[in-house]
Amino acid sequence: MNYFIKICSCLLALLISSSALAELPSAAQQPLLQELTTVKLSKTLPVLHQLEASEGADMLPLFKTLLGGNLYFVKEDGRLLGKYKAQGATLYADLFTGEKLADLTKKQVKKIKVNNRLRGYLGEAIARIQLSNKDSDVRAEAVRSLFSDLDANTIELIRTARLDEQSRSVQEVMDVALALYRADNSDDATERLQAVKDLQGSLEPSVRNQLTKLAENDPSRSVRKAAQKGVDKIAKQAEKYSFVNQLFFGLSLGSVLLLAAIGLAITFGVMGVINMAHGEMIMLGAYTTYVVQLLLPEMIEYSLWIAVPAAFIVSGTVGILIERLVIRHLHGRPLETLLATFGISLILQQLVRTVFSPLNRQVATPDWMSGSIEINPLLSLTLNRLYIVAFALLVFMILLIVLKKTSLGLNVRAVSQNRDMAKAMGIRTDRVDAMTFGLGSGIAGIAGVALSQLTNVGPNLGQAYIIDSFMVVVFGGVGNLWGTLVAAFTLGIANKFIEPVTGAVLASILVLVFIILFIQKRPKGLFPQKGRAAE
Amino acid sequence: MKIKHLVSGMALALSASVLSASAMAGDTIKVGVLHSLSGTMAISETTLKDTVLMMIEEQNKKGGLLGKQLEAVVVDPASNWPLFAEKTRELLTKDEVDVIFGCWTSVSRKSALPVLEELNGLMFYPVQYEGEESSKNVFYTGAAPNQQAVPAVDYLMNDIGVERWVLAGTDYVYPRTTNKILEAYLVAKGVAPEDIMINYTPFGHSDWQSIVSDIKKFGAEGKKTAVVSTINGDANIPFYKELGNQGISAEDIPVVAFSVGEEELSGLDTKPLVGHLAAWNYFQSVESDANTAFIAKWKEFTGNPDRVTNDPMEATYIGFQMWTQAVEKAGSTEVDAVEQAMIGQEAENLTGGMAYMNKNHHLSKPVLIGEIQEDGQLEVVWETEGVVPGDAWSDFLPGSKDLIADWTAPISCGNYNTVTKTCSGQNF
Repeated sequence: MNYFIKICSCLLALLISSSALAELPSAAQQPLLQELTTVKLSKTLPVLHQLEASEGADMLPLFKTLLGGNLYFVKEDGRLLGKYKAQGATLYADLFTGEKLADLTKKQVKKIKVNNRLRGYLGEAIARIQLSNKDSDVRAEAVRSLFSDLDANTIELIRTARLDEQSRSVQEVMDVALALYRADNSDDATERLQAVKDLQGSLEPSVRNQLTKLAENDPSRSVRKAAQKGVDKIAKQAEKYSFVNQLFFGLSLGSVLLLAAIGLAITFGVMGVINMAHGEMIMLGAYTTYVVQLLLPEMIEYSLWIAVPAAFIVSGTVGILIERLVIRHLHGRPLETLLATFGISLILQQLVRTVFSPLNRQVATPDWMSGSIEINPLLSLTLNRLYIVAFALLVFMILLIVLKKTSLGLNVRAVSQNRDMAKAMGIRTDRVDAMTFGLGSGIAGIAGVALSQLTNVGPNLGQAYIIDSFMVVVFGGVGNLWGTLVAAFTLGIANKFIEPVTGAVLASILVLVFIILFIQKRPKGLFPQKGRAAE
Repeated sequence: MKIKHLVSGMALALSASVLSASAMAGDTIKVGVLHSLSGTMAISETTLKDTVLMMIEEQNKKGGLLGKQLEAVVVDPASNWPLFAEKTRELLTKDEVDVIFGCWTSVSRKSALPVLEELNGLMFYPVQYEGEESSKNVFYTGAAPNQQAVPAVDYLMNDIGVERWVLAGTDYVYPRTTNKILEAYLVAKGVAPEDIMINYTPFGHSDWQSIVSDIKKFGAEGKKTAVVSTINGDANIPFYKELGNQGISAEDIPVVAFSVGEEELSGLDTKPLVGHLAAWNYFQSVESDANTAFIAKWKEFTGNPDRVTNDPMEATYIGFQMWTQAVEKAGSTEVDAVEQAMIGQEAENLTGGMAYMNKNHHLSKPVLIGEIQEDGQLEVVWETEGVVPGDAWSDFLPGSKDLIADWTAPISCGNYNTVTKTCSGQNF
């Protein structure tokens, strides 16, 4: 019995030590890792090659950290570290054990640098390792990222992985990779023909390029013909998706225009005040986002949700102040209002310049807003634009409900239709004016939060959007929210469909010319207000 | 030979008389600083003003020049191009400065140029520009296109194997001229016209969706593609962001930029830019004794340990060094004498090696290509062997192919046609 226990514990110890060896290739055990900390940037690639060959999958954390530019080492003993951020602070952890090293300072560690050549290699090396990942999506992505660089070794890896592959979708991707390789390298015409047939239906750019190559250069006529057929098919698909893509770009530009113009649709459209400081309300919203991120550095992910109400309050308050102090006294004098608000816009710009500096401020994009959804290899939609389209529509709906269903909305509509009659009915038009102006300015502030994710936040942010905003409101028909919606999307989509043909500069000129002609024909815009109130 | 002696003797006598006149006027040598301290260009140009002040302070500590102290005369042209001409006139006639360090944008230089030629002033221009100019009164210490754009294209072509090219720029003079030169250069190198895509956008462009998507499509056709960017100023940030969002990384389609440097990157979210390239003659990250000393001095002078150095600062530094050497060689600050003494001057580059002033008033400098790092610094990935002489008139444009600038006798012309052997006298 005693003997048995002894053997057992002995085995256990052996197991632990061997597994520790496999999992924790510390710097001392692995001279290659040590070399990584001393070698020159231009000589790093061979070291990584050797590491991949000798250690294989164990190097995954190393490769991933290095690819992300987060690989560091302790200057004293060459221990490899990963840098990560938690609660806004920079921390280091041992790369292989994950042990946190809280007391390390910046001076004690040094970064291991990467360049594009290394990044390219690391991406492929990670893909090769990921071929045996548990997650089927990761496996498929790994195969896909190897498409552009298929050599005999990689194909051998994919072929072995294909034998054990269970998931249908990953099998398909792997088959495409194998067919791509055969189509390129096989000497047998029938095999190439079969490969071309296997490639049908795939929309990958590498497939298209391979087929184009075959259609032009292949010695066999039947292969050329089959490849040409495949190319034509993909081209047709590509055309379709490029149309969808452009439509999406147009919608996204339209939603930006809508956000910028919708506040103006209230102040200018409903109240009839020509507010040249509207752009600065947008700018204030964008700076509010910046300030929110500055005050809450560890909550970047949620900062936008805090910034939306904050921006509404900031811009809304400024709007009410402007209305109370300036615009109220210029009632019914559009020219003076225009000049006064233009002056206010300059004051606000200079204020921001003085308080924050004339330089652009950096507003961080939360992780959930970066990147894109890939629908297929020809069509992917960027997430930030997608969110902003949805956000613009949401703001529009809320505004519509406020105007149609609340008592404030009722008052606003009454005052805008017939001020004297509304007054006679006991509505405090003064107060309604202030509230309306505050609402319009607040909405502009919200637009600023959204725009801070797309463009630079600087003192001139507002100026860039004021012309567009007026254009949209006038084109849509003054005083009509639906008109603003339709006008914004029409202009956005028109712009994006002209742009590929004429270039960005000419596209915006053409759109402006179109609006001038349109306003000549229909001075009241797309949806003119009807009835006596409009006179 | 005799006549030449006579002429130079007369020039010397003349300069001596001018010298005595200026020596009578005061005991200092006046250095004009013509950089915008307000307006849109203030961000970039204030740095250069401080650089000149730092250099003057240092020179004065060493005992000044020709036994006299240097005195800075700082004026503010306020990013207002016509004002550059007025301020130049003011510096030359009212303050009677001996030399001017100034200008950033090409349009401000073109504005000051006629005044400099009329009043025979001397100016050092420290910024990379589009070339096609050589004035007797200006020394160009920034890069000409063949010292920045052309080597960058060479690097991409030979080292990265790029076969398709996107030339993207902001719609104004510098990008249009540079892209014209690059297009001609690429075609001369055998690149098919359908492999070159040229795109211009307005200043401050922010909606890059379609253009980036076009670039993506252009780059997905099997050939390695790169973007050569002359996009100016803050339009760069949404551009790089959109590249990141549409999943284009620096390994797939590298972007090499000519107007993104340390100063522009400081305080920015560099995440979407990491791995993309920039071409300059100087990077702060280059390790050399001269550079380490310069950076330390700069941080001490500004009192801010986070301040960065950049390429136009180095150009100012080299220009100033050369000017002091030329004044010592000429023994006076008289413009014509200093101008002739400048040619052939050598000064140490901060990145190592020597910069050399050529007969066409442009420098010979090394060209570096760097990858943008997460900390906003640039890591050198490639550099030219030795120095590249700046070319005032591009060899790749039909209009200026045969032109050279040579400010030494017997040509003494900024626009000399080597075929017809004539000098048009039109220097810009």
